[in-house]
Amino acid sequence: MISKLLSSLKTWIDQRGLNGFIILAILLAVVFPLAMDSFRLNLVGKYLTYGFVAIGLVMAWGYGGVLSLGQGVFFGLGGYAMAMFLKLEASDPISTKIQSTPGIPDFMDWNQITALPIWWEPFRHLPFALLAVLVVPTLLAFIISFAMFKRRVGGVYFAIITQAVALILTVLIIGQQGYTGGVNGITDLKTMLGWDTRTNSAKYILYFVTVALLLASIYGCQWIQKSKLGTLLLAMRDKEDRVRFSGYDVAMFKVFAFCLAAFLSAIGGALFTLQVGFMSASFVGIVPSIEMVIFAAVGGRMSLVGAVYGTLLVNFGKTYFSESFPDLWLFLMAALFIGVVMAFPDGLAGLWESHIKGWLARGRAALRKPKNPDAPPSQIVQPDADVMTMQEIGSPPLARSASGSPRVPSGAGMQVSGIQGQSA
Amino acid sequence: MSVSEMLNIGMMQGFAGLSLFAVLLLMGLGLAIIFGQMGVINMAHGEFMTIGAYTIYLFSTITENHFPKLVQSYFIFAIIAAFFIAFAVGWFIEWSLIRHLYKRPLDTLLATWGISLGMQQIFRSFIGPKEVSPTLPDWLMGSWSPHEGLDIPINGMFVMALTLVVTGGVLLALYKSRWGLRVRATVANRTMANAIGINTKKTDRLTFAIGCGIAGIAGAAFTTIGSTGPTSGSLYIVDAFLVVTFGGAASLLGTMASAFGIAQMQSISEFFMTGSMARVITLLTIVLILMMRPQGLFASKIRR
Repeated sequence: MISKLLSSLKTWIDQRGLNGFIILAILLAVVFPLAMDSFRLNLVGKYLTYGFVAIGLVMAWGYGGVLSLGQGVFFGLGGYAMAMFLKLEASDPISTKIQSTPGIPDFMDWNQITALPIWWEPFRHLPFALLAVLVVPTLLAFIISFAMFKRRVGGVYFAIITQAVALILTVLIIGQQGYTGGVNGITDLKTMLGWDTRTNSAKYILYFVTVALLLASIYGCQWIQKSKLGTLLLAMRDKEDRVRFSGYDVAMFKVFAFCLAAFLSAIGGALFTLQVGFMSASFVGIVPSIEMVIFAAVGGRMSLVGAVYGTLLVNFGKTYFSESFPDLWLFLMAALFIGVVMAFPDGLAGLWESHIKGWLARGRAALRKPKNPDAPPSQIVQPDADVMTMQEIGSPPLARSASGSPRVPSGAGMQVSGIQGQSA
Repeated sequence: MSVSEMLNIGMMQGFAGLSLFAVLLLMGLGLAIIFGQMGVINMAHGEFMTIGAYTIYLFSTITENHFPKLVQSYFIFAIIAAFFIAFAVGWFIEWSLIRHLYKRPLDTLLATWGISLGMQQIFRSFIGPKEVSPTLPDWLMGSWSPHEGLDIPINGMFVMALTLVVTGGVLLALYKSRWGLRVRATVANRTMANAIGINTKKTDRLTFAIGCGIAGIAGAAFTTIGSTGPTSGSLYIVDAFLVVTFGGAASLLGTMASAFGIAQMQSISEFFMTGSMARVITLLTIVLILMMRPQGLFASKIRR
């Protein structure tokens, strides 16, 4: 009875493609909190907020073929919306009484602003701030992508425009320091609704909130990938015209992919602000935005779980190298950019698919054989069946397999080929 | 303030815009050739400009220390050297990297961004993080004042002249030389160009290298109006891309018009508000126009 239950659980896990997901969940929710002190755990929590951006990019870039070089904009907007609420709470009239105008954020006071600007006012309320975190970046993403994709502009032009948007927002934030805190950003964030976010226990709680939201996002994205929508996104990435001629509104699918990425980035940004305790323009600009792309690329642009590993790996590397060998880090980063494009375009997930997994399966098969030499053929094929399901989990049906031949998704009903996105 | 003073300020501000125009145009020209004609996104373009600027600095230091008599004339040779050094580096990068990525434009973007990071760090490690400026010859210093209250800097005029010569040269080369013919044929139809015996691989490499060489000249022009640091080039890269896209990717005429428009808009709005707001307004306007008219000012008539 129990074994039957277990096996049905196993088939459910295999079907839903949850193997990698469960390993990641155990790693993040059990292994890391047990193995690390609160400082390192907070660091991981910070990296995981970039993970939101990375999985957003997997959906938009890997699946939708929409490369955005401006994810920092959405990350930043989400973070700033959160920071504005926390800052207003931190600058109540009592704790800011030494200012010439008590009750407004300190940087406004330093910049001779005497009254809270009107657009800061609603951020006194948490529900509004949370709504702004989710809505403002998504709306901006919608406006940008709708204008571009409806005119059938895509590919590199879109990338350049998003990059310009990142530049504009950075210059604007730095230039308007009376309203935004300028280069320093919004700092000294203390409490959320009276709950001190700087204590160790709060850091633990925030870490687990981040992990839970991240896992939920991955689950949601996996669900999208498996749905008809996911298949359409892939088909659109590979042969846009065919999807269009089949009667689908290609532009709106791209808009959706981009908005989803922006939405996820904004959640990451808000969580970043909560965990790190400040938000500044240095997370908005061109350089951080393009670094976020490399997180996704290293992990594997087609793999949600891989993107999280990529984010963790690159950020650990960055922290380690920029502390120990600051000169070396940029060279390494350069090598990473070039290597990920030239040598392993599918990132860590791709390496896993093409090298390690086959090796593992062979190892398992070799282990099983000597034990029961009279085993029925079904058991010997078992590892292969595993590989099949794993392939559906990790890499999408259309990813280039090791042999380079594109695979057609089941039920898509159309021949889809080609590799990467298309230019304008 | 009298009317003539206003006029003088307006002209000087306009001229300041022209210097920016010159750098943007030279950057944009190189990019327009690489991006517009070949479809390659070269994010390292700014670093080729920095190479050019450092070449001038190198020549200036060498002449000062070893050939003090030549200080007045080294600049011309240095510009030519800036072109060829950037050309050689571009040639090498096309051969080692870009040629493998022609079918994947978005990946070129990431790879060249990696190159740009690497080059910046090379500058930082081997030349130094401090900004440097070459000793300019005396004839580039000072200003020319046609009448009272109006000062036009000579280096600005020199940069303008240089830009005009280079632009003319590029146009001439593209429309009158065998190379230009091959480039245009390759752009129009790669397969056919190949079939009629044009070595498209060689053409691509030469085109990329020439684009990089022009960025080197942009760097040379840049040294006359600012000092060079490891990240100088990356400050201009987004603007340069906007110049090219705004002008219409395949059109050199559009590149010129949009470089002029962007530089003048930036310079004139700087007079009315802070520099950062002027930049925001300029960039925002361009982005909005690009959203309305994504093909740019001068759209190419080639069907893709």
